Amino acid sequence: MADGGIGAPNKRREDIRFLTGKGNYTDDMNKRGQAYVAFARSQVAHGTLKGVDTSAAQEMPGVVRVFTGADFAEVGGIPCGWQITDKHGEVMQEPAHPVLAQGKVRHVGDAFAAVVAETAEQARDAAEAIEADIDELPAVVDMKAALADGAPKVHDDLTSNLCYDWGFVEENKGAVEEAFKNAAHVTTLDLVNNRLVANPMEPRVAIGDYDSSSGDSTLFTTSQNPHVIRLLMGAFVLGIPEHKLRVVAPDVGGGFGSKIFHYAEEAFCTFAAKAIDRPVKWTSSRSEAFITDAHGRDHVTTIQLALDKDNNFTALRTDTHANMGAYLSTFAPSVPTWLHGTLMAGNYKTPLIYVNVKAVFTNTVPVDAYRGAGRPEATYQLERVISKAALELGVDPIALRRQNFITEFPYATPVAVEYDTGDYVATMDKLEEIADLAGFEKRAAASKAKGKLRGLGVNCYIEACGIAPSNLVGQLGARAGLYESATVRVNATGGLVVMTGSHSHGQGHETAFPQVIAEMIGIDPSMVEIVHGDTANTPMGMGTYGSRSLAVGGSAMFKATEKIIAKAKKIAAHLMEAAEGDVELANGEFSVAGTDKSVAWGDVTLAAYVPHNYPLEDIEPGLEETAFYDPANFTYPSGAYACEVEVDPDTGKVTIEAFAAADDFGNIVNPMIVDGQVHGGIGQGIGQALLEGAVYDEDGQLLNGSFMDYAMPRADDLPFYTVDHSCQTPCTHNPLGVKGCGEAGAIGSPPAVVNAVVDALRRGGSDITHIDMPLTPSRVWAAMQK
Amino acid sequence: MAQVKMTVNGKAVSAPAEGRMLLSTYLREALGMTGTHVGCDTGQCGVCAVHVDGKLVKSCNMFAAEAEGAEVTTVEGMANEDGSLGAIQQAFQDHHGLQCGFCTPGMVMAASALLKVNSKPTEAEVRAHLSGNLCRCTGYHNIVKAIMAASGQDVAVAAE
Repeated sequence: MADGGIGAPNKRREDIRFLTGKGNYTDDMNKRGQAYVAFARSQVAHGTLKGVDTSAAQEMPGVVRVFTGADFAEVGGIPCGWQITDKHGEVMQEPAHPVLAQGKVRHVGDAFAAVVAETAEQARDAAEAIEADIDELPAVVDMKAALADGAPKVHDDLTSNLCYDWGFVEENKGAVEEAFKNAAHVTTLDLVNNRLVANPMEPRVAIGDYDSSSGDSTLFTTSQNPHVIRLLMGAFVLGIPEHKLRVVAPDVGGGFGSKIFHYAEEAFCTFAAKAIDRPVKWTSSRSEAFITDAHGRDHVTTIQLALDKDNNFTALRTDTHANMGAYLSTFAPSVPTWLHGTLMAGNYKTPLIYVNVKAVFTNTVPVDAYRGAGRPEATYQLERVISKAALELGVDPIALRRQNFITEFPYATPVAVEYDTGDYVATMDKLEEIADLAGFEKRAAASKAKGKLRGLGVNCYIEACGIAPSNLVGQLGARAGLYESATVRVNATGGLVVMTGSHSHGQGHETAFPQVIAEMIGIDPSMVEIVHGDTANTPMGMGTYGSRSLAVGGSAMFKATEKIIAKAKKIAAHLMEAAEGDVELANGEFSVAGTDKSVAWGDVTLAAYVPHNYPLEDIEPGLEETAFYDPANFTYPSGAYACEVEVDPDTGKVTIEAFAAADDFGNIVNPMIVDGQVHGGIGQGIGQALLEGAVYDEDGQLLNGSFMDYAMPRADDLPFYTVDHSCQTPCTHNPLGVKGCGEAGAIGSPPAVVNAVVDALRRGGSDITHIDMPLTPSRVWAAMQK
Repeated sequence: MAQVKMTVNGKAVSAPAEGRMLLSTYLREALGMTGTHVGCDTGQCGVCAVHVDGKLVKSCNMFAAEAEGAEVTTVEGMANEDGSLGAIQQAFQDHHGLQCGFCTPGMVMAASALLKVNSKPTEAEVRAHLSGNLCRCTGYHNIVKAIMAASGQDVAVAAE
């Protein structure tokens, strides 16, 4: 290992600016001559928009211009990036999504007008003076009700509120049904995967800027993937060719998926900046974020597991309703399908699986990917039904899992993916050790002695990360490729700049990525700088989500660096008058095997730019290479998690007493950052399990649209976590052998918490087998009274 | 518009402020000190926390005019005189107590306020004290460790 190279827990260099108040988030920017936007948003969930009276607003102080849907009549709508083909071979129903509502409003928060004014306060004041003439219509909120005959339609031009009815794998359906008929035991579980709000601490911001001298547009935005926004907004919404549009995402204050998507406010600011020829800025309030940021999860599922007389899993089938909200957000259709159905095998050799998903439009905020995106939903239902089966069969839930583990790799699942590596026995063994499961009964007795019910929940998870092979996702309906890019520029004096299409929103790329290059060349990581987040100076890349940055973006950087090293070796061979094949690179020095000849990294890089003594007949001067890496397969991180809770039998209050995670992420570049990613994921998973849940009333009003009402986990809701990633089965198909760690905690933790609470209640004499999340005191207490 | 004067990080400042201007807006927009962030509109998230006359205050919960004449300290004032990280900031870096960095200014100010009145807080005391500060990235694990480490208590480093 080079000093500070792969495997070193290097402290993060970006922390210096974040800790001293010198970060550069989008809202920290102001442009000369900037005007401010405030949107007028629907306060009803569903209604006919008969007219918008902007006359009073136009007269308010400081108002520059007021826009309505009519201004966008000639502009494209917000596009969807994924098209699902349903079980009948038909493509999904895909509604229009105008930048500002036209004709109808379809959820609380749907914008129908916008004011641009000299100050933010003036814009807000004027937006409040806009009068919308809306005939309120009955709202559809519940998914099953939305599919009933005669239900109000969210989109009048669609045949119903059904976006698609997806069967996977449709050809297996008959065999699965047959297996259920022949099962010795069938466990059935109805559950809800609660609707969540991502709530990165930084609200979304967009600044549109237009240069009338060049005709160039620039959008500064809080995005995980500026190139994706440039392509979607330029090509599909505003008709700006990519060479006339720059998208910049500076420091991004968290995202968790919610900043992947292209939002109407981005298109509005870019459009309005040109219309008034001034920079235009919008900063979301938190209240606005709750009703405009894409939400996550919101699945209602029935899952059934079939077992033979020896408790081997023989078949699995699921029936899920997945909420799309009022419009299709950028990747929404892919989440309940390809990011969910393909994971239903989990860690187990279940030979037959059938997944049915009905995606439904409702008068609620659009739902899209949130940390884990489909994989938490798959993991939760699978791991919960296994634990329920263990209860029904009277067997140990860990033993039941171990008995059914996949143990040989590569393993082709019946749901279309092939796991390259993994060792589920090793992670479960590690979990039993780090969670001290052997000591649980003693701890349970101690809890009982003080009047508390202690419960233990254990589960496994697998996820598909490093998304994704472009040819595969293209077949599955993606309207984008999912490669990643990197340009590695070596300067004359030996320092390097990596321009990557990945983009950190907290993951520490500026620290971790240089460790890879430091290792490859044998130099100090401080010689490598990372440039990201700006389409003007990075190659076309797909951004950061799906735990893909190191696995895909890091691999692109690795390949570009390999090209750099190959060229540098040619230069070094020339300088040392040696055969290229004899040149070795170690510790920042080129040498010739078996001789004392050597030349330093910096001498070779200088020669590349001062080519006085240089093989100009063979190679060009300069040292800069670009690589695009398209993965051959997903990566498959996996692990085993354990949660111990105490339940207060008098109040139903659950406290997390211990949480342990044994993960297999393949190779690790910076273990400190990996630990942090797992901690954060578990925090969000416990939040889902115990606290969070967006609640709509029957009229489509979001009842908990602020931090006063939506229960975000706070420091005293959460414990210290015990995390371990020493079980490492490197990925076989990317050059770094890495799998990705960003989502694991959020995927693996909710079932552990619920399994633990069910266990605690049963130890207290209840015969309960399930409680839906979030496990609030009132829900737990009510369950105990049954 | 009235001119509002105060001392920020030891320097006398003065800027015009509408009556409804919040202290957070005054710092960010009138003074251009963007280290203090804004994460909600209900006083719940704490990313805007600063010290006003030595007390921990959410700067979005106070009008700028209310801070007339006050001594205000923001995250920009937490480094050592030579510009190196202050003890709390250093502990946050050492223990990976931040990821996206957006809640960090509020966390640093909250930690500083705690350690002024409780030089050796227990884990439970640290967690209780942070009840007004949200972080969505870290699950709080390394924030709690960093604050305990900053108080001189023996805490294993983040990646042991």
